[in-house]
Amino acid sequence: MIRTENLIKAFGDTTVLKGITTEFYPGKTNLIIGRSGAGKTVLLKLLVGLHKPTDGCVWYGDTDFFSLDKKAVRAIRMEVGMLFQASALFDSMTVEENVRFPLDMFTNMTAKEKLMQVNSCLERVSLEGANKKYPSETSGGMQKRVGIARAIVLDPKYLFCDEPNSGLDPKTSIVIDELIKDITVEKNITTVINTHDMNSVMEVGDNIILLYKGEITWRGSKEDVLESDNEYLQDFIFASPFLQRLRARALGK
Amino acid sequence: MIINRFLAHVGRYFQLLGTAIARPEKASMYYRETMRQMNDIGVGSLVIVVLIAVFIGAVTAIQFAYQLQDSFVPRYYIGYIVRDTTIIELAPTITCLVLAGKVGSNLAAEIGGMRQKEHIDAMEIMGVNTAAYLIMPKIIGALIMIPMLVAIAAFVSILGGYLATVPVGLISHSEYELGVRSYFIPYNITLMFIKSFVFAFILTSVPCYQGYYVKGGSIELGRASTNAVVFSDILILLFDYLIAVVFT
Repeated sequence: MIRTENLIKAFGDTTVLKGITTEFYPGKTNLIIGRSGAGKTVLLKLLVGLHKPTDGCVWYGDTDFFSLDKKAVRAIRMEVGMLFQASALFDSMTVEENVRFPLDMFTNMTAKEKLMQVNSCLERVSLEGANKKYPSETSGGMQKRVGIARAIVLDPKYLFCDEPNSGLDPKTSIVIDELIKDITVEKNITTVINTHDMNSVMEVGDNIILLYKGEITWRGSKEDVLESDNEYLQDFIFASPFLQRLRARALGK
Repeated sequence: MIINRFLAHVGRYFQLLGTAIARPEKASMYYRETMRQMNDIGVGSLVIVVLIAVFIGAVTAIQFAYQLQDSFVPRYYIGYIVRDTTIIELAPTITCLVLAGKVGSNLAAEIGGMRQKEHIDAMEIMGVNTAAYLIMPKIIGALIMIPMLVAIAAFVSILGGYLATVPVGLISHSEYELGVRSYFIPYNITLMFIKSFVFAFILTSVPCYQGYYVKGGSIELGRASTNAVVFSDILILLFDYLIAVVFT
């Protein structure tokens, strides 16, 4: 489990996060949602240690992440996988080399063992046979799946996804969402997804927090979304008149 | 204000180098990356270094021959002057100034591009010491290859001087050879290698620093690349002077 305690982040005079206290549970897809500029990406970067908090703590289990020395931070990071918004695949490497990179860097596996592990991960994300392709030869959806394969190749305990659906068509988005959800349950990973895709919210949102101007204004699960009267939540999820009508119909209004 | 910013950059530069000097996570990965850099920096720069060296030697020889016209200075001095000016000054300095443009801008753009595409963040999250993995192989590769390139440049320059003067009859083969063999001070070779090591370090570490901390978009990346070349060139010339003062 990951827990944040009164997490504050300021850039100069601008306070982006104003005391975030929340929990992210293992085996569940934990969603951070909110409009652009709400502080989602900053929160995610704080969780993985790419930013340092102005105040507050991030707990990985019983360990305060920001009180650790470099060696201990590296040990925790070995248990972390991350899918980036633009996938962040290394352009000069093939799909296989990208997925194999963490194995090359941190394990003493033989070439054969690495290949088996890479193939198993590629198979898990339905990319069998794509080993020799370069990222530039693959579609956006495939790149996301390669990113997921790379993120899970070391069997992480924590998986972070920064806007996994960004730039994808609705069908491919659903495939990616389902893939992340399935992997989370299969491996009992603590998955944190930062998204503003309402389909994701309604499909995979086991534990959702809504950020608004750097504060949590709502929390719940996908089941709670429809019935919530929270103004910010409704404004975010059912932004278009079409979705507002659908919601009204679903609630029998 | 400017002094504060300058000192902040200097502090951050040394901090980055401090982080880069660390035990590799996996020696074989660093070895592979170092080999790649040696190929890119060394083999990739060979043609331009040879081309420039030929002309440096040729121009030095012709201009010195021009100055010797109607003088009592023996003509074999042309070979002697070409040899010493190239070994002591022109081969290390001009080669490294050119490499600062070719290699330096490339390194800044490569690392800066990785920063912008979140490749560095991705590695950080995996637990990779990115400063070490991305910077040390480049510096080590340059420290091995650039002195070799400089030695080749010195040799080719002397050859260039020969080609520019002997075949056209400005000087005879034996006179040029006599000049090249005269008054040789082996310490000058040491000086050439001291310069090339120092310049190699500057022209890789400064661009790596510029690229590593790049922020923003393509304009900032271009600016970082330009800064990498400009600051490397200035530092090379500054250290050229300091080495001359200290070691000669």
